[in-house]
Amino acid sequence: MNNFLVAFRRALTCVAFFAALILLWHWLVQRGTWSSILLPDPSAVWDYLVGAVKDGTLLSAAAVTMRRLLIGYGIGIVLGIPMGLLTARFRVFSDTIGVLALGLQTLPSVCWVPLTLLWFGQTESAMLFVVVMGSLWSMVIATDNGVRNVPPIFSRAARTMGAKPIYTLLFVMLPASLPFIVSGMKQGWAFAWRSLMAAEIYVTILTGFGLGQLLDNGRALSAMDQVIGIMIVIIVIGLLADKILFSPWERFLHRRWGTGRA
Amino acid sequence: MTLVEELQPITPSKLVVDHVSKEFRTGRGVVKALDDVSLNIAEAEFVCLVGASGCGKSTLLNIIAGLEQPDSGQILADGKPISEPGRDRMVMFQEHALFPWLDVTGNVMFGLKLKPNLNNAERRDVARFYIKLVGLERFASSNIHELSGGMKQRVALARALAPNPRVLLMDEPFAALDALTREQLYGDIQTIWQARKKTIVFVTHNVREAACLGNRVVLFSPHPGRIREEFKIELDRPRDINSVELAEYSTEITRALKGYGTGEEVAE
Repeated sequence: MNNFLVAFRRALTCVAFFAALILLWHWLVQRGTWSSILLPDPSAVWDYLVGAVKDGTLLSAAAVTMRRLLIGYGIGIVLGIPMGLLTARFRVFSDTIGVLALGLQTLPSVCWVPLTLLWFGQTESAMLFVVVMGSLWSMVIATDNGVRNVPPIFSRAARTMGAKPIYTLLFVMLPASLPFIVSGMKQGWAFAWRSLMAAEIYVTILTGFGLGQLLDNGRALSAMDQVIGIMIVIIVIGLLADKILFSPWERFLHRRWGTGRA
Repeated sequence: MTLVEELQPITPSKLVVDHVSKEFRTGRGVVKALDDVSLNIAEAEFVCLVGASGCGKSTLLNIIAGLEQPDSGQILADGKPISEPGRDRMVMFQEHALFPWLDVTGNVMFGLKLKPNLNNAERRDVARFYIKLVGLERFASSNIHELSGGMKQRVALARALAPNPRVLLMDEPFAALDALTREQLYGDIQTIWQARKKTIVFVTHNVREAACLGNRVVLFSPHPGRIREEFKIELDRPRDINSVELAEYSTEITRALKGYGTGEEVAE
């Protein structure tokens, strides 16, 4: 019961904070500090969102964006983790792919857009490529880092129990690096999300109309209610992804490793 | 193999250390960790290797485990030379080396997973048997970080025993524990040794611990690592670490160790 009360109070604090933000926003618009063309009233944004949900544009755009994101991010993880294992275990890979990963991770992935357009044209592949480039390198680096931080005693212990190198890699090194890999996945997600939005705003693709394009469309029409509405949708999706994709992993890590608080 | 057979005590190994030498190259030159060391260990014998740091006792243990290779000489287990780690020789380290992503049962099952001829239900039963043997049945599904230091070493012991090895190699497994917990474990390891009939090689720098546990205490001296002397401990089991007879043995052994001139790291 006590736990329930604590949770209730926390939720209430959170709701009250955002209600206050919206009220402040409303008050600023009412005072006429800025023109309502530049800063529409919260109610206008709400009306836009309700309308966009009703006519289906918002949901279909969100679906297009999520599809691109999940596929690209998935490819980033599926490629990134094995590459990270290789760079951590073999000097050849560490001196080649490892350095490349470090370099490309510092490159904002929107910088890939011009090249990508020329290579792939205005296609879904272009979008996917940008998302993969955004998430892959941080996955490589996180996995590499995780494996390097595994205490050597773990693989010694596994060897005495009859584990061969491949078995040790999959069932000792990989799970032992999980704390690093999960934080790399979070970072990769954030990078993928940013790069996809940048690409969608930058490139109009006829194969699918995503949230970024909806946002850019709002700018072109000077419809700030649309722009702000889409921004809120993007933020909410980011928050939900964090809760749905990563919280279970983090809870598992906290419970098993005994670190921090869930 | 049936579960009942799997849980039967297995025939312990006879170990022959045959003129083993091993050098390590460090920043300050070559360290001769083991210099022509020979030692016979009988089936089901409990042998303690004692000496100051750098005397090669842990190196010898690692070579028996198959984790390291000797420069020359060989070690035979039941007449067969050892070249790599094997489930017939399980190791317990000073750090518990338990895997934090698995619970207690998962850790004990790790070595069993690599053992063919058992299905998962049988593995679980085997794990349960050994968890009970070390007195942790109430903690079978606990996470590692929830256990005390002594309990962690008990789990490590259960994990080492679970694949039913012929030899148990212990590298200062109790060194990081408090005195009270250690005393409990001295009792438990003696009981388990008698029940499970293992050949045990136990490395320590604690003379009293060695006298309490071993049938035989083998003294090493460092630089180069050599065997200097052996003591047979003729006391009934279970032995009490605080008994007067045991204190006499440990005084005698400590005196011998100090005679090698490098006794500064030897705790009585």
